[in-house]
Amino acid sequence: MKHLEELENKSIYILREAYKNFDNLCMLWSIGKDSTVMLWLVRKAFFGHCPIPLVHIDTSYKIKEMIAYRDRLAEEWGLTLVVGQNKDALEAGMNPALGRMECCTALKTEGLRRTLADKKYNGVIVGVRSDEEGTRAKERYFSPRDKNNDWDFRDQPPELWDQFKTKFEPGTHVRIHPLLDWTEINIWEYIKKESIPVIPLYFDQGTGQRYRSLGCAPCTGAIESTAGNVDEIIEELRNTKVAERSGRAQDADRGMEKLRKDGYM
Amino acid sequence: MTNTSVLPSTNDQQHFTVVFVGHVDHGKSTLLGRIYADTNSLPVGQLEKVRAICEQQGKTFEYAFLFDAFLEEQEQGITIDTARTFFSWGNRQYIIIDAPGHKEFLKNMISGAARAEAAVLIIDAAEGVAEQSKRHGYLLSLLGIRQIAVVINKMDLVGYDHHVFDAIAAEYSSFLKELNVVPRQFIPASARNGDNVAVRSEAMPWYDGPTVLETLGMFEKLPAGESMPLRFPVQDIYKFDARRIIAGRVAAGMLKVGDSLVFSPSNKTAVVKTIEAFNVPHLPLSAGAGKSTGFTLDEQIFIERGEVASLKESLPEVTDLFRANLFWMGKNPMTPNRRYLLRLATREVEMELAEIHRIIDAGSLDPMVAKEQIDRNDVAEVTIRTKKPLALDRFCDCDITGRFVIVDGYDVWGGGIVTQVLDNEQETFRREARQRDIAWRRGEVQLGERVQRNGHNPGIILFTGESGTGKARLARHLERRLFDSGRQVYLLDGKNLLLGLGSDVTEQDKEEMVRRFGEVAQILLRAGQIVVSTTNTFAQADHRIISTLVYPHQVISVHMSFTKGEVPEKTDLHFLESDDLKKAAKQIVEKMEEMGVLL
Repeated sequence: MKHLEELENKSIYILREAYKNFDNLCMLWSIGKDSTVMLWLVRKAFFGHCPIPLVHIDTSYKIKEMIAYRDRLAEEWGLTLVVGQNKDALEAGMNPALGRMECCTALKTEGLRRTLADKKYNGVIVGVRSDEEGTRAKERYFSPRDKNNDWDFRDQPPELWDQFKTKFEPGTHVRIHPLLDWTEINIWEYIKKESIPVIPLYFDQGTGQRYRSLGCAPCTGAIESTAGNVDEIIEELRNTKVAERSGRAQDADRGMEKLRKDGYM
Repeated sequence: MTNTSVLPSTNDQQHFTVVFVGHVDHGKSTLLGRIYADTNSLPVGQLEKVRAICEQQGKTFEYAFLFDAFLEEQEQGITIDTARTFFSWGNRQYIIIDAPGHKEFLKNMISGAARAEAAVLIIDAAEGVAEQSKRHGYLLSLLGIRQIAVVINKMDLVGYDHHVFDAIAAEYSSFLKELNVVPRQFIPASARNGDNVAVRSEAMPWYDGPTVLETLGMFEKLPAGESMPLRFPVQDIYKFDARRIIAGRVAAGMLKVGDSLVFSPSNKTAVVKTIEAFNVPHLPLSAGAGKSTGFTLDEQIFIERGEVASLKESLPEVTDLFRANLFWMGKNPMTPNRRYLLRLATREVEMELAEIHRIIDAGSLDPMVAKEQIDRNDVAEVTIRTKKPLALDRFCDCDITGRFVIVDGYDVWGGGIVTQVLDNEQETFRREARQRDIAWRRGEVQLGERVQRNGHNPGIILFTGESGTGKARLARHLERRLFDSGRQVYLLDGKNLLLGLGSDVTEQDKEEMVRRFGEVAQILLRAGQIVVSTTNTFAQADHRIISTLVYPHQVISVHMSFTKGEVPEKTDLHFLESDDLKKAAKQIVEKMEEMGVLL
């Protein structure tokens, strides 16, 4: 079995375990390539269906093509979409100019926390990969979060033989990470293998620039690249030594570690 | 921020996971540092950077610093349990798991090694085989890692003497032999000087075997297990559209369209009609080990998560009693008389420790003094009894259906492997039921159709208790009540069996009488009936036999007595002779609803 096939089979197994064991399950869909691959794996796991609601946290600062793409796929694939937004913070005027960390915390972390609490989700599927940055390498496939969405990575029980944490105390929830073993290249290789439609922002449209990672418009920079299709992206990644999230402002100064500890995805 | 993987992982490389274990001072970091440096797997400038820091601090450069710095950069100083790093060599990407050798060792080692395909064990040539080296070897064998290489490091400290190497290799192989582990290779090395790591050592011309890197390359990718007997643990049943799909991952063997499957422990049988898939031009005709898939059957039989599908010729064992080796990592000790959840493949059942045979000191392999409990970080040989039967294999026959984890509270705190399936007093009857079910020639009408027409599932209500407590009265009342509400119900009195079917059975051969009773009951259950059974002649043990013979049909045990007091094990409802008949019957009906007999 080739490596991509191994990854696919394991991810499907994890998704099915999540679906079986959590009565109130959702999946975070950021519209980016990773969570879109995950959505595709859900359709594979459930034979063309998507029985899990998709939560999208809309900061209102997302790149506008992302919203159009989201709504188009939701329609075509018959998805149940739950859009969450921290309206209080937006009404109070929160924006990136007030500080990037502050903005992320209010609009993403707090927006997510509120949506999860409102809907009482006890299982949340998230498309993080362990190669993205240091803290993500500590994640388990099924990782508990307490009432405040806190995560204690120092005292985690072992996870072995594909037996996952599916029991949890009332008031806590479990984050589920089906893509933990995938790398950035694997994601693109799989997009190619399965012909998964991805948002064109990832490709150079003739400007010599493309997005490698997608987030909010003010805080996500395009990278210099002429990769105009999936093959060219794979080729480019084989030769790069620059980190994927280099265009993402919140990663500077160990920001990610703090955000994740506080419940950021 | 550094990218965690220096070289990108791609689909056309083979991926291979190796765990490196060794005593904390035996040179593991040095060996890994040397491997990363010699395979050019470190980020550009890393080597120079660490050399400069050493110079600045007046320290001699060591490869261990290099590896530790590399790790630290990846980990950003976060406390870790098991570190995973990658390097590429040949057309393989190696995922290296570094299990720290100190505190919380068992937990770390198990987290890391449970997913490894091979292991490299490191022993210090100057110190020889340490207690910890033995402990590591024992745990690797317990985790089922069969490819092991032993690096005897720091050969420079013993003057590259091949007698020292031979002595250590002999001592350690005879230890591993007790565990039925044959190491692939013993390699004399000096990680510090690079002897026999990536390049052959000139200092040890007496050694003509492979280097550490060559040995890694000789480890084989584990076969997917497609040639093994089929094992398909049912993960879930999907009915998103017209298809009723049995979903799961093939644990071993090959699933094919047209296969005649037996599901254990329910012993139900059906034929694979289609193998389903999404986004493929044609539906596949087979699915091999490791594949997450799903299939439809030619008949709508009721099966549930936790059953294991196999072929008739190579069935898994079905039991509720087995011997196992287990390791325990829980904060609370594991004790008899306490219920835990056992998970084996997709099956989850309640379990208890029936017996602790010995608790092993994983260093000497000597049993320690008898203990009443299994403490954190203990490894033990035990007998486990589960509340319900489950399908399993010995670990040496099939790893996925031969290993299990134990849940205490909310978390997995233990795990183990099945070493021996034990017979209990039910074994003959279970075997009889299996053979009978698998060979059973079914009629045209399926049970599912009967259930649909009747509006209820079959089930049996067994009354127990002394003579005169009103069992018959309540049973008759219940039969009438169920019948009047449109249920298919039949009162089976044990005494009636003595008249014809059992007229050749003597009073002494009660077990045979019970067996015949159970067989009659199971025919009625196949016919979709609710069976109400009452007899004074059967004792509690007999009821267990009946439950085994009619498995997996629902059995509801109702006990009656004159006074309040102890009730037999597995009693679902208890009434007194003086209790109101109508109320009691109502409670039984509610129990039948709760247990899914009445829909």
